[in-house]
Amino acid sequence: MPLPYYVSPEQMMQDKAEYAKKGIAKGRSIIVMEYVDGILLAADNPSASLHKISEVYDNIAFAGAGKYSEFENLRKAGIRHADLKGFMYSREDVTARSLANGYSQSLGTIFSQELKPLEVEILVVQVGNNGHANEIYRISFDGSIIDEKNFAVIGGKSDAVQAVLKDKAATQVPNLKAALSLCVSALEQTSNQKLPPEGLEVAALDRTRDGRKFRRFSAFEIKQLLSA
Amino acid sequence: MKLPFLPNHDDASFFDFLTRHHPDLTPAGRSWTASTPAPVESPRAQGPVPIPLATTVLAIKYQEGVVIAGDRRATEGYQIAERRIEKVFKIDEYSAMAIAGAAGPCIEMAKLFQTELEHYEKLEGVQLSCEGKANKLAQMVKANLPMVFQGLVVMPLYVGYDLKRTEGRIFKYDLAGGRYEESDYHAIGSGGKDARNTMREHFRKGMAEQDALKLALLALYNAADEDVGTGGPDLVRGIYPTAKIVNATGITDVAEQQIRGIFDVVLATRHSKES
Repeated sequence: MPLPYYVSPEQMMQDKAEYAKKGIAKGRSIIVMEYVDGILLAADNPSASLHKISEVYDNIAFAGAGKYSEFENLRKAGIRHADLKGFMYSREDVTARSLANGYSQSLGTIFSQELKPLEVEILVVQVGNNGHANEIYRISFDGSIIDEKNFAVIGGKSDAVQAVLKDKAATQVPNLKAALSLCVSALEQTSNQKLPPEGLEVAALDRTRDGRKFRRFSAFEIKQLLSA
Repeated sequence: MKLPFLPNHDDASFFDFLTRHHPDLTPAGRSWTASTPAPVESPRAQGPVPIPLATTVLAIKYQEGVVIAGDRRATEGYQIAERRIEKVFKIDEYSAMAIAGAAGPCIEMAKLFQTELEHYEKLEGVQLSCEGKANKLAQMVKANLPMVFQGLVVMPLYVGYDLKRTEGRIFKYDLAGGRYEESDYHAIGSGGKDARNTMREHFRKGMAEQDALKLALLALYNAADEDVGTGGPDLVRGIYPTAKIVNATGITDVAEQQIRGIFDVVLATRHSKES
């Protein structure tokens, strides 16, 4: 009878991480960026119906990169968590921090206990209101959670996009137009192709709106914002 | 896929999600008084203990949409429980719901229905159709049936603007979850009959928005005149019935000032007839 092979825990984790990273790098990038009135979310996404960016609650949005079926499941779970909390307590008690924490716990547990880790990287962002700062959380396949400032990138060649943005980022917070063109140019530069407005998924958490702050931009609106 | 720290469920309905995973949070989930049906002592004091009851709400169709309105009184037996209760709720951008029955569970159902529709929209990426929303509400009313036997009646009146048909629609319900569409107007609650009488006399198809609003408030005034459970305009405290308008541009609250203006005319007309 053959003995089962011994694999050291270090080796196993490293293999899993490599596998997950490879899966995530296959996709295209998503950028979130703070602008004067809130947070802009922009993704290189040729599909008009399979979204990578979604509303979660009044002032919280979600973006997922990697395997669609996996981050879609996470997105739904997040909306359930948020709606339940808002129903049980009150709308203002739903926070990105608690949601990001839940995601981190889930991803971390799956990474260490399941054979196959989730090939996803997600962003949970919350627009600040009444003097509160915006919150941007980036959560990786292994459950590690990073609190980002100004902008964050997930999926695809995220390191390259990050480097481009770091170079170009202005010292002050950009307006919507400037933020969008910065995001698009960074996405174009790293993917070496021109992205038509139809190939972009753009949404924002706009703190000037009443109630639900999330809104999507149509291809027409994107074209208008990018043209002038 | 199991998500250990987030509940997992594969349905787009928040109500079903609650029923399965948090039954204690659903309106019919509190099974405290178990199987003893409530002794009905008098028509205005239902239930084993007096609970606030919300009354008379109505809806009228007009040319471009629907007007929905309600009085502000909640009663507890022969006592006034609340003078400024709000019975007309915005449910989403294109629909509203008014309630009659046990105030607590009524408000809870409105809140649950709001969450339900928003939840569906976020999960599926599109809004439910007007018909779909009305049907969902019917299921929620049906699920409340066990509470009805304990005296906790929840009666909704639902109005929505149907974006596909480009018209306003009114739905009424029965306690067993029956759903019926009304073509012109409807009123429910203790003063519902009086309000319907007024609307029957003055309703015309394709009314202007202002006329429909005036009729709605007149019907509420007449209901308050006849029914002790319905509150009329309270001139001393400045409490007036509330109304919302649902049409193609979405849902709007009617300003209190405007409602006060209409009541001033109604009261002056009545006064001149009586003196």
